[in-house]
Amino acid sequence: MTHLRPGGRRRLLAAASGALALLAGGTTLSACSSSSTSGAASAGASTPAITVGFIMVGSRSDEGYNQAVYDGSQAVAKKDPSVKVLTADNIPENNSVVQTMQSMVNAGAKLIFASSYGYFSYAEAFAKANPNVVVVHQGGFLTGTFPPNFGTYWGQAFEPVSLGGMAAGAATVSGKLGFVYAFPISQSIANIDAFELGAQQMNPAATTYLVNTSSWCDPLKQKEAASALLSQGVDVLTQHQDCQATVIEAAKAANAKVVGYHYDAEALDPAGWLTGSAWDWSSVYENIVGTVQSGKFTGSVYNANWVGSFATGDNPLTLAPFGSSVSSDTQTKILAAEALLKEPGHSVFAGPVTCQDGTVLYAAGVIPTYDQINSIKCLVKGVVGTLPQS
Amino acid sequence: MNGVEQALIGGVDGGTAILIPALGELIGERSGVVNLGTEGCMLAGALAAFDAGTTTGSAWVGVLVGAAAGASFGLLHAWMTVIRRADQLASGLVVWFLALGVTSVFGVSYINKSVVPLPTLAVPGLSRIPWAGPILFKHDALVYLGYLLVALVWVVLYRTRIGLTLRATGERPEVVTATGGHPVRIQILAVTLGAALAGIGGAQLSVGYVDNWFNDMTSGYGFVAVAVVLFAAWRPAMVLLGAYLFGVALATASVVQAHGVAINQYLLDALPYLVTLTALVAVARRGSRQAPEGLRRALTHSV
Repeated sequence: MTHLRPGGRRRLLAAASGALALLAGGTTLSACSSSSTSGAASAGASTPAITVGFIMVGSRSDEGYNQAVYDGSQAVAKKDPSVKVLTADNIPENNSVVQTMQSMVNAGAKLIFASSYGYFSYAEAFAKANPNVVVVHQGGFLTGTFPPNFGTYWGQAFEPVSLGGMAAGAATVSGKLGFVYAFPISQSIANIDAFELGAQQMNPAATTYLVNTSSWCDPLKQKEAASALLSQGVDVLTQHQDCQATVIEAAKAANAKVVGYHYDAEALDPAGWLTGSAWDWSSVYENIVGTVQSGKFTGSVYNANWVGSFATGDNPLTLAPFGSSVSSDTQTKILAAEALLKEPGHSVFAGPVTCQDGTVLYAAGVIPTYDQINSIKCLVKGVVGTLPQS
Repeated sequence: MNGVEQALIGGVDGGTAILIPALGELIGERSGVVNLGTEGCMLAGALAAFDAGTTTGSAWVGVLVGAAAGASFGLLHAWMTVIRRADQLASGLVVWFLALGVTSVFGVSYINKSVVPLPTLAVPGLSRIPWAGPILFKHDALVYLGYLLVALVWVVLYRTRIGLTLRATGERPEVVTATGGHPVRIQILAVTLGAALAGIGGAQLSVGYVDNWFNDMTSGYGFVAVAVVLFAAWRPAMVLLGAYLFGVALATASVVQAHGVAINQYLLDALPYLVTLTALVAVARRGSRQAPEGLRRALTHSV
């Protein structure tokens, strides 16, 4: 997740890169899959040529959240030659994103994917000001009325995360798992809880220790976090950070196991890699582009808070491949749990679920909705640590 | 291993990434030039070390190349400030932004690559000392380089003619000129050497301790190094204290959480800064009067 990045230095950086973007002018937009008029003719009347823009907060080659967006955009371009894809990366979460959206519209874009959490308010305002352009936001959640040309999309990230928790629970010898996270946003809380609940399915006594870094990517803090967890007996690490190499390298050096997030990083630590969650946005992007192309966006599922899930077969966050140390018995159990989640009436958070303090979060038999899970404020029993209180 | 030991071990490892750049900055500031680009020199060092480390397979080569990369950005800062007489603060920021941009562009292909890091070397004998041994004498070689540099900088600064000339350059360059010295050359050398040490500090991150490369991976610790020098009143032993205190407090914030102890997160985040500032202000109170005069002039001009 690339999200809120508080702090003055970030703002300074943002201002600087904004200035650089201005200097670079139109060259910040790079186009691929050109849509010549002849190409449009061959595309047929049902799918008229369209220009689509993708905006990323980080580098499109970060082998993480932003690269997943870029890969998705390229899949769209590859699938349908009548779609002209514009991309802009390293766009900070401030007024620069408005300028970037405007340049894309000037270049003919009729659909814009704003892929970072902090773009939300800019994206919504831009949609209102530009009724002829559809703007969709990745990871946001709008409570209230949707403008006819605005939507959000996301996936139930906690589903594959809970499967990773199962792999961790099966692998741990000490019964202690470690979770390094950045900020106590709802998605991270759901991921932490889902990870612990997954682990408990394989090892009811497994506990998850939390360390917060207050940064999406601060390798030194991540290293201290990983070292602190490993030194006190944790033998499986996972995380919700933008950059995951530090934690993986720390696990590798300590011969511990690791569950990844954002992308498949098995190559970094083949011996320690259990599994992880990896983004695959291609079908979501293609479906949204298709909906806009056919002129049916307003009123569609994407003109709302769209959330993909295993149950609907369209979760953009998928289970990454298993590492070699995961036994076939464990793999079978995890795949069975995945298959179960794909059926209606199941949830990672199916009751009974109890908070740390013993209060009942969901009673037995309760299947919470996505909105409920997305607003969980408590850590489940088995998680050791507290959430930052403001 | 208990939490206290882990906080101290992690503190020495992480603190070294601040100590070595801070010693470099101390050398530069003693000659009368402040380098806010220390952060950028660290970034350049981190990427160059990672690049050379992965290409040659030797993290040692990485450290040397990292030092050279830091030095080259230092040389740029020296040229702008010493030769072209540019504003020191502005030039430092330019160096930082330049290094940030250059390393972000060239660093892309190194993200999520693996390097064989510097090995942990247990010092024979000393590392067996109960309790203190593993804390102080079981690290990568750059940690020991940090120890040596503190002593070396102190001896050179206060016990040699070179150190006297360096300090004189920072106080009254005209006196150095009158005695046949070359203040300009001394400043260029001091700034470049200081930036080389910043590059080694970056290498401690990328091939010594966290063992990977990511954009902007120094996360502001170069500025911490500059601040430590200021609050340490330009004294090597106080720089050591400040850098390690910062490192230990940073590690403590993680250790406390990893043991499930509930302490306000925002207090933990502020801890390294609070502890270091309080300690250095208390111990090195004479700071402002000890500022090299040339430095004070440079900073006043900037306001």
